[in-house]
Amino acid sequence: MSKQVTLTINGISATVPEGTTVVDAAKSVGIDIPVFCHHPKLEPVGMCRMCLVEIGRPMLDRATGQAVVENGQPKIQFMPKLETACTNRVSEGMVVMTISDKAKEGQRGTLEFLLTSHPLDCPVCDKGGECPLQNLTMAFGPSQSRFIYDEKNHLEKQVPLGELIWLDRERCIQCARCIRFQDEVAGEAVLGFDERGRNTQIVSLSTPGFDSVFSGNTTDICPVGALTTADFRFGARPWELKAQASICTQCPVGCNTTLNTRREAKSAGDIVVKRVMPRQNEEVNEIWLCDKGRFAYHYTESKKRLTKPLVRKEEKLARVSWTSAITHAAENFLKFKKDFVVLASGRLANEDLFNLKSLADTVGGKAILYSDMGGGDLTALVGVGQGTNIGDMGKGDAILVVASDLYQEAPIWWLRVKQAADRGATLIVANPRETKLDKFAKFVIRYAYGDEVKTINDFSRKTKISDEFAKAKNAIVFYGSEGLGLNGSSMLASACATLLKETEHIGKPNNGLVGVWQRVNDQGAWEVGFRPEPDLEKALKGKAVYVVGADPVGDDPALAKALKGAKFVAVQDILETATAEIADVVFPAQAYTEREGTFTSGERRVQRFYAAVPAKGDSKPDFAITSQLAKEMGVILEGSSVSVVFDILASSLDAFTDLSYEKLAEVHGQYPIVGRGDLYYGGTTYENTQGLGVQLVPIAQAGGAVHISKIRKEAALRPKENELLAVPVNKLYDRGVTVNPTQLLDGRVGEAAITLHPSTAKNLGLEAGAQVKITFAGVKAEALLKLDDTISTGVALVPRSMGIAIREPVVAKVK
Amino acid sequence: MGVFEPVIELGRGLAETLRSFLFEKTVTVQYPEEKRTVHPRFRGRHVLNRYENGLEKCIGCSLCAAACPSDAIFVESSENTDEKRFSPGQRYASTYEINMLRCIYCGFCEDACPTEAITLGDNYELTFTDRRDAIYTKDFLLAPVPTADMLTPRKVDAGVFTRSVPEMKNPSD
Repeated sequence: MSKQVTLTINGISATVPEGTTVVDAAKSVGIDIPVFCHHPKLEPVGMCRMCLVEIGRPMLDRATGQAVVENGQPKIQFMPKLETACTNRVSEGMVVMTISDKAKEGQRGTLEFLLTSHPLDCPVCDKGGECPLQNLTMAFGPSQSRFIYDEKNHLEKQVPLGELIWLDRERCIQCARCIRFQDEVAGEAVLGFDERGRNTQIVSLSTPGFDSVFSGNTTDICPVGALTTADFRFGARPWELKAQASICTQCPVGCNTTLNTRREAKSAGDIVVKRVMPRQNEEVNEIWLCDKGRFAYHYTESKKRLTKPLVRKEEKLARVSWTSAITHAAENFLKFKKDFVVLASGRLANEDLFNLKSLADTVGGKAILYSDMGGGDLTALVGVGQGTNIGDMGKGDAILVVASDLYQEAPIWWLRVKQAADRGATLIVANPRETKLDKFAKFVIRYAYGDEVKTINDFSRKTKISDEFAKAKNAIVFYGSEGLGLNGSSMLASACATLLKETEHIGKPNNGLVGVWQRVNDQGAWEVGFRPEPDLEKALKGKAVYVVGADPVGDDPALAKALKGAKFVAVQDILETATAEIADVVFPAQAYTEREGTFTSGERRVQRFYAAVPAKGDSKPDFAITSQLAKEMGVILEGSSVSVVFDILASSLDAFTDLSYEKLAEVHGQYPIVGRGDLYYGGTTYENTQGLGVQLVPIAQAGGAVHISKIRKEAALRPKENELLAVPVNKLYDRGVTVNPTQLLDGRVGEAAITLHPSTAKNLGLEAGAQVKITFAGVKAEALLKLDDTISTGVALVPRSMGIAIREPVVAKVK
Repeated sequence: MGVFEPVIELGRGLAETLRSFLFEKTVTVQYPEEKRTVHPRFRGRHVLNRYENGLEKCIGCSLCAAACPSDAIFVESSENTDEKRFSPGQRYASTYEINMLRCIYCGFCEDACPTEAITLGDNYELTFTDRRDAIYTKDFLLAPVPTADMLTPRKVDAGVFTRSVPEMKNPSD
């Protein structure tokens, strides 16, 4: 523990670690020093001068160096001028006065200056009502200004900084919180100051404007209404919004969010989600949220939502009652009982997956996870230990990221891993192409697609990298599915788990294996017993398939063919997907915003989400539909209370023992302090009052035997001449059903593009930007051509979920 | 008490009636044919005012709804463009509703309004036969346009109406 320093603030004694700023020290004893530019997550700069206080230090005798004692007390010497509390670090015996007349006058004066050019926009400003400038003016500001309105600096009103964020330069008070966030926290310096003095203004330095996936966070920490989101623009006033806790469903990080809802005339009087805000959880997402999580929620209110149960009558899907839809499906599933298959994806909650698995098990069917990434059994075995917090990792620790572009797949993990590297952790990035994380890595390993396992196995040889990894106090391995299918990723997971076991980085907090899954709850699906199927076509052909929360037909023509050859298909989803179109029965399910449940994150943290808006149409939660169907099939499953389903789940799965909804809803104090009264300090991130979740204990930590089974290696694909190895890569903004309905992100999604090495493209006579044709195993597609000289020459990178059906590496031809 | 006393009192009363009948002005108003003028600060039905150029004063800030003690006002705002401009500045009220069953005519909305868009007018004739009709919408509440060519939304020259809140001068004294 670092050295403690005791100081006096407004007569209250505070003991804080050395190096703390006076503002933070005051906050720790409940004294608010007004700040604009200071933010507990950023380095101090002292730009706004709002935190002026009187600071006195013990007077030292010049001759002896001893403190001068007067009347038995050390004599305190005050500086003649006020000092900024955010840039001054605490020292022993310091005396701070934050509410003396002199300090108050200084603060009042600073606010008067800040307001000289601030426009009278509060009634129309999206920040109005949760604005630190408003609040601090009320608390510390002058009631009148001595400056003349005509001298206000008028600029053109709001201008877009990129398509997601609007900038109002008049409102900006030049605190640089946004610039510093992009610089220090996000590591993408895409904002900067232009001009000088009164003309100083924020500009975007990137093309396209504000090119960062963390841009939304700047609107949270902006202390005025200068930066606002395009999504919420004039959506409502903050005080009119209701808040409900939720979990982001876009990636396996499981960021805690708050859904702000309001009844809206534009939506025919429905209660709708108006914005998604981060909710503090220092062990998961801190106070941040990526733009995908913030803006892509619109899919839940898509016009393509299923609202009524449908049954195929005379080649057409017709609306029917729930009873007849359920009976029809149950009859058919019973008829083809031997061929019963449940195909579900990680978009579902733990409770839904548990009911589905129970149904499949009782009836004797098969439960297949719709995913092309493996290794979930190993993350349950040697996953990160309970108590893991990447935010605690630093000097002496190591993080290995292999076959994953975290920036595209799990942005908040990227952010936290990058920050761990900033704090001194050894970051090793192993990826076949250059990723944004390389810049922050101590070691970058570049291997050819197909050599993932070999790369990890090479850690057993003594090299500088393997040495550092083995000697690290703590080590986490993130493995993904970049360029890998199910078999490849399973093998990679096995290799990573072996590496962790051999270096004894298992069974402890901040040690273990993390899967960078493609969907939010893939880990949870593995936990309840769902497994992906290597040959999905064969597993679906001629079966009676219950497809839940997945769109195999839309994703892959081969699977479409297989499902068309199925005996019976029931689809349960929230949206009208291509799979629903070919189904015999369609059940409308509720979106995560409309119901309760839990998700298991990639770090195996089980977290609750709550119902924020009423259900659309006649839709029901997935676990309830499954329960009704099961009842008709003669299986009794809980279907009315989601918490009871969870209780049954907890009592039947070892990893979930002792967990309950109450336990998941527990919270404890977190630092920095954010939320309603402390907007000026931590930003508009919501305080966590509805649950921090509980991390599952991996088998290795529980003291179980750790046996890592070898996975049979498939023969490597060898492209012939004129052929390329097409490998799947993951993109943040793709055309998946959970992103596509959000029009705001259209520009970021862009067109499907395949990437080649420049020399390969030259040999094929192709140029960047050209439309090329790619053909492989029954797939023909057109895409834009991009070039990247960091990849090897024989490969073509094909993005997943962009309209080209690719699940694993295949041999392809590009023209 | 004498025998004549009640008769005297009766006579007094009748004299008073006769006096007021002959010498005082009548206070009865023949409503609805005739209407009474209200006091200058009378608080009647709300009016959403317009500027002289016909643009709506209301900018959809929802402060009236926030000030309303009986939660009678519902505002929803949208963005103006120069092609389709309702009010000056970027924001206008796309939905404005007052539930007259809830309104207590306190006038707080008037006080809260930063643009003097909402005022309580002289109209006290608020009858309805259906609870649904008691919700007055924006079309109903908006003041008439000065001339027919000033209807909103309308196309305006770009860059003219950029500010939502009208400029205010410092008091000269």
